[in-house]
Amino acid sequence: MAKSFEELQTIATQVRRDILRMVCMAKSGHPGGSMSSTDILTYLFFNQMKHDPATWTRSGKGQDAFIPSAGHLAPVYYSLLARTGYFPVSELATLRQMGSRLQGHPSVDKKLPGVFQPSGSLGQGLSCAAGIALGKKMDKEDNFVYCLCGDGESEEGQIWEAGMFAVFHKLDNLIAFTDWNEKQIDGPVEEVAALGDLAAKWEAWGWNVIVADGHDFDSIAKAFELAKAGKGSGKPSMILFKTEMGHGVDFMAGTHKWHGAAPKPEQLEEALKQLGETALGDF
Amino acid sequence: MKKYIDSGKVDTRSGFGAGLLEAGKANDQVVALTADLKGSLKMDAFAKEFPERFIQCGIAEANMIGAAAGLAITGKIPFVGSFAEFVTGRVYDQIRQEVCYGNTNVKIASSHAGITLGEDGATHQTMEDIALMRALPGMVVINPCDFNQTKQATIAAAKYVGPVYLRFGRPAVPNFTDPEEPFVIGKAIVMNEGKDVTLIATGHTVWEALGAAEALEAEGISAEVIDIATIKPLDEEAIVASAQKTGCVVVAEEHNAFGGLSEAVAGVLAAKCPKPVEFVNGGDRFGQSGTPSALMAAYGLDAPHIAEAAKKAIARK
Repeated sequence: MAKSFEELQTIATQVRRDILRMVCMAKSGHPGGSMSSTDILTYLFFNQMKHDPATWTRSGKGQDAFIPSAGHLAPVYYSLLARTGYFPVSELATLRQMGSRLQGHPSVDKKLPGVFQPSGSLGQGLSCAAGIALGKKMDKEDNFVYCLCGDGESEEGQIWEAGMFAVFHKLDNLIAFTDWNEKQIDGPVEEVAALGDLAAKWEAWGWNVIVADGHDFDSIAKAFELAKAGKGSGKPSMILFKTEMGHGVDFMAGTHKWHGAAPKPEQLEEALKQLGETALGDF
Repeated sequence: MKKYIDSGKVDTRSGFGAGLLEAGKANDQVVALTADLKGSLKMDAFAKEFPERFIQCGIAEANMIGAAAGLAITGKIPFVGSFAEFVTGRVYDQIRQEVCYGNTNVKIASSHAGITLGEDGATHQTMEDIALMRALPGMVVINPCDFNQTKQATIAAAKYVGPVYLRFGRPAVPNFTDPEEPFVIGKAIVMNEGKDVTLIATGHTVWEALGAAEALEAEGISAEVIDIATIKPLDEEAIVASAQKTGCVVVAEEHNAFGGLSEAVAGVLAAKCPKPVEFVNGGDRFGQSGTPSALMAAYGLDAPHIAEAAKKAIARK
């Protein structure tokens, strides 16, 4: 059942609360990019992907698949997996603890439901997503494969290898999207290792390129619809979502300093106050 | 000693090609990927028979490993092929993350391994690949010795569920094992029984070890020859049993001194059955251009060097 934009807004607020509480409890993790991609992934998990946690298997048979190539966005990924029913939300409290299924970066060895493949060593997830998309084509499945990339991650050469591969093999069932928050660990992407015209680059690679606002559900919905409409064109789609690192909390927004830093308890308290409580409740 | 007849020199990579075709016929989930080396990897017959299951990746090995992992997730059994250096060292992290940590059912088909790649020189000759692949948790490492064994090992790799590193070579070499002998992963093969020294070999050095055993026999020395076609998991029991019987060991491999079969066997013996061991390997150096046979001799990997090492080992008993 698709959620209204109002309902999605509530979920996204709760997901941001989850991210901050998880990372604060773990005293480490990556809140900045998790918060910039929260709205996109909330839409993806609740309104876009055809998936059923109850019947999910790692093979992805008969369902859409999602690969977070930027694996450090584990907090938002875990929150959404839990909030859509892959595992109890209470398990979010175990992030980064020894023995937890919620490893610092996504992994499959402890069999966390919903996770297809480890990620975190950047630049590799898009290739894996392309492989799953190709496998689905070979099996004549009509499901889509979604893949989240970071803009900083797009400095990895393998992203562009996968870009060529997906076009050459006509993977129009592959919908990749970039959390274009213009920040990476060492600073603004523009200053660290500027990517140039990202849209022109993906267009030159032969992809169906869509630019959208990653914090506006209407814009996100339209972008995904356009991407899905690319099925049959033979072209994979790349949605470049303009976002803001740390979005939703004023002192975290727009700075690379929150890429991989956990809020202290007093900062968490202030952040949660800004976000406000939701009817969904904390884990 | 037991006689082995060379039925005609042929490259082990052709054994891979033949095995891949047979595995593809037996199971329609088998797919093959290459990075612009279809011909070199002898994938032509598979590609012709199953064009929809052959995936050309172009010269982009990193993406090829990731795409193979994705295909494996959907239930395919992908064999990814390139030169040994380019499917190990070049893509070590991709194999680590996507294949081993992800525990995907990907088979790394590694051709032109070792110094016998020959004339192309050290840029293309990996002598480090066994070490890299052995170090990865969950990786099975197979290094068959001739065409027949490579074909059977390929069929066995397709049936085994999990990551496999399958290493073979470029040059035409003697083909002497039983073509009908099924390959058992993890099992050492005693090629010749002896009592004075154990010669442990893998890949191209197995034929050399048999040659050494023959030369030693002429001098009254009885050498046991063991083919370690599976380097990981290692058949420790077979190694220990033979070392206990003969009292000394030689390990011969077309690899450098670090992390390969030499150190694997030394580790087993040190822990379970300390005996004198001599090593026949490429040492601590890169290769160079040359013919395969000239390089095997120059780098001390051929039968005369193995025989010499055997005498040294016996003298240390």
